[in-house]
Amino acid sequence: MTDAATGTTRADTFEDPLVIAGEKFHSRLIMGTGGAPSLHVLADALRASGTEMTTVAMRRVDPNAQGSVWDVLRETGVRPLPNTAGCFTAVDALRTARLGREALETNWVKLEVVADERTLLPDPVETLDAAERLVDEGFVVLAYTNDDPVLARRLAQVGCAAVMPLGAPIGSGMGIRNPHNIELIVEELDVPVILDAGIGTASDAALAMELGCDAVLLATAVTRAQDPVLMAHAMREAVSAGRRARLAGRIPIRRYAHASSPPREG
Amino acid sequence: MNAIINGEPRQLAPDTTVADVVRSLTRAESGVAVAVNDEVVPKTDWARTVVSPDDRVDVLTAVQGG
Repeated sequence: MTDAATGTTRADTFEDPLVIAGEKFHSRLIMGTGGAPSLHVLADALRASGTEMTTVAMRRVDPNAQGSVWDVLRETGVRPLPNTAGCFTAVDALRTARLGREALETNWVKLEVVADERTLLPDPVETLDAAERLVDEGFVVLAYTNDDPVLARRLAQVGCAAVMPLGAPIGSGMGIRNPHNIELIVEELDVPVILDAGIGTASDAALAMELGCDAVLLATAVTRAQDPVLMAHAMREAVSAGRRARLAGRIPIRRYAHASSPPREG
Repeated sequence: MNAIINGEPRQLAPDTTVADVVRSLTRAESGVAVAVNDEVVPKTDWARTVVSPDDRVDVLTAVQGG
């Protein structure tokens, strides 16, 4: 649909914000900051991605550090989402979340409680326990979880503001290993579903959105790409394209051809 | 007096405050949080919180991750 007077199409002026805990985001891509080769590249990649929120980890201050991710966030205007990366228990996660809240002056937290270093898979028992306690303490909890529809439902029930199932293990780039489960999670939850972890390239991000996810969270796929800034741009377009395709409604898959031209007469 | 600062044993002068410890580690004025014996000390209390012998003081900041 093109407006003849202005030359703009409906697609150009399309308003479709992501809403988490009542806050609106225009970008459905949330970038993580982990793995960038330098703070300079990180800043450029964040800008190219169009993201409005990015995850950061909490670690002991290094007196010899040159520059900081905190400076990059202030320079780019991207809001920080402190995570609990590196925590193996609910108790650890609570402590880290409270420190993140104090340091970054936000009560939002990406809850991440992993089971072991080799797989970095979320520990479901500790994650659910921590989620419930953080919600009780007034945190807005975005919970990283397995692609388990039942656990996703439980996390939503205890009050998580968003549920973030993995596509595949963190940093693996294997894409979405169980699209069926992601669809089940999307169908059932009323809170935003954000595909987190496992994205390798643009088509994975587009698929997440086509499956009905509300947003995509990724870091490694961009920060460890050969050209992180170009990949950030690709991810921005992939998320946007996947979202529009989802809303547009794809055609059914058929076994045989379905002619798109009228048959010839005579 | 001895205390554990970010995991390392350190000799501190008597009456050293959390604010003093933070200043000794970083010039950053924001984006930093402190826990003493795993309890968060709000920024507004740093100047009046005196480190006790054998306290574990952790000074954290945001780094790339996730």
